[in-house]
Amino acid sequence: MSEKSKDYGDIAKEIRKKILKMIFNSQASHIGSALSCVDILTVLYFKILKIDPKNPLAKARDRFILSKGHAASALYATLAQRGFFSEEVLNSYCLNGGKLPGHSTIHCVPGVEVSTGSLGHGLAIGAGMAIAGKHDNKNYRVFVLMSDGECDEGSVWETAMFASHHELDNLIGILDYNKLQAFGKTKDVLNLEPLRKKWVSFGWQVKEIDGHNFKQIEKVLSKAPFKKNKPSIIIAHTIKGKGISFMENKLEWHYKSPSKEEYLFALKELTSK
Amino acid sequence: MKQVFINTLVELAKKDKRIFLLTGDLGFSALEKFREKFPKRFFNMGVAEANMIGVAAGLSLSGKIVFVYSIASFITLRCLEQIRNDICYQNLNVKLIGIGGGLCYGQAGATHHSIEDIALMRVLPNMTTICPGDPLEAEMAIKLAVFHQGPIYIRLGKSGEAKVHLKTPRFKIGKGITIREGNDITIIATGNMLYNAKQVADRLLNNNFSISLISMPTIKPIDKEIILKAAKETKAIFTIEEHSLIGGLGGAVAEVLAESGEKILFKRIALPDSFSKDIGSQEYLREKNGLSIERITNAILEMYKKLKNENNGKRKTT
Repeated sequence: MSEKSKDYGDIAKEIRKKILKMIFNSQASHIGSALSCVDILTVLYFKILKIDPKNPLAKARDRFILSKGHAASALYATLAQRGFFSEEVLNSYCLNGGKLPGHSTIHCVPGVEVSTGSLGHGLAIGAGMAIAGKHDNKNYRVFVLMSDGECDEGSVWETAMFASHHELDNLIGILDYNKLQAFGKTKDVLNLEPLRKKWVSFGWQVKEIDGHNFKQIEKVLSKAPFKKNKPSIIIAHTIKGKGISFMENKLEWHYKSPSKEEYLFALKELTSK
Repeated sequence: MKQVFINTLVELAKKDKRIFLLTGDLGFSALEKFREKFPKRFFNMGVAEANMIGVAAGLSLSGKIVFVYSIASFITLRCLEQIRNDICYQNLNVKLIGIGGGLCYGQAGATHHSIEDIALMRVLPNMTTICPGDPLEAEMAIKLAVFHQGPIYIRLGKSGEAKVHLKTPRFKIGKGITIREGNDITIIATGNMLYNAKQVADRLLNNNFSISLISMPTIKPIDKEIILKAAKETKAIFTIEEHSLIGGLGGAVAEVLAESGEKILFKRIALPDSFSKDIGSQEYLREKNGLSIERITNAILEMYKKLKNENNGKRKTT
């Protein structure tokens, strides 16, 4: 492991701890979905995105849309870790009178670009931002992180067609492919495969990575967009609940909230590793 | 109204470079004018309304003013959740243009009839809902939409609508327009029923009734003031719209009246809560559903007489 990967590992661990605390405090859902995209968010926010926490609305910034809005805890934790706002704000996640709703909501804190929560919306909004960027001759890129279950939505494929038709090479999709959706395995609920071929046939440039291997994440994101005049998508193979042993690959952690014992056990795991 | 829309938008887009136009593959022989002048600000999005609304949101989040054009029933129903979450929740500068409101596409059948759109749009937080009553109101609505911060739904007719106003009216979003003042009956009409309402008013005048006629282009926010004034100054209020009885202009006026404590005869004249089983033109379907000039006039006369008799009866017993 390189030095940088070790750094990423430390940062990701801090973000995971924050998520765990937020979900435990609020007894909210979706911890598994949040944990599966932490490593991707870490590399995005600490290396790839051209952003400035002190100037979150800078015109030239790269845009990031968390289309899988139910993983909002991961986005909030990452933004706090990156210095967009004070970590204390995280304590109010999903609590009465708090600032942070369970699904990411525009400008609820600096750095949240778009309101999401219902699946299949983010990619189209990203395509609109990409069109505007091209029209205005701006160089910013638009990254959209989607879930696998989200690809059940027809609207995703409407945008998939639209983005390649208009050669939106400033639009970069990331698919958090943890292979579990709300009520079962993706292959049992509504099979997405052959997923790579689907995106290729819709005119996208596709790369597949291990979504927990920092080296691979950094390498692939550094190369995005992959090809001129084509939208890019990264299919990141991930593990739902990644980082907390008893949550990994377990469907129930889509909804379940940790008990006190589970919380302490998980915290210990994240601290000792 | 289609032509009024596009001509007005072309003029506005010359001055304001933020204006974009998206269409769901509709607007043949109308939208070409915009496409020719501003090809980079025009997108035919294909038959994909969900994506169209999402892209409009993304453009608006990037500082653009986005007009989105389709048939009224498609642009409000197919992508309702995108309108709610992407446009209204984020309070974006997206202006939805629904062409062919009500029964404009009569012959096309019930899939193309837009009879729920006003109710659906006005219930959405942040959504201003406007149904211009004639070409002059349509022009004003489009012009004001550009300067209005936030989402608007503008429900237009199709083509060939007659002017009702003699000159450009004093048009303000959220305000009704008094066309005539009287003491007996108030008629409040919206959208493509304004012309018929005016004809009805003229017939009633010929029957020696004193008539107030109000055009109510904005359904949300509704002009409470003008409704309450009518309730105080006249003996009956009738609303007329080419929309379901539920939730449209009549519903909005009823909400104001019911909470006002004013005791007044009130009736909604609108389409029944059903899909049209009849086949035919807009005029034919209006006649079938009680929205022709003749049938509205007769309905108002009948209801008004009934009211007077009831009132006389009450007086005798007390």
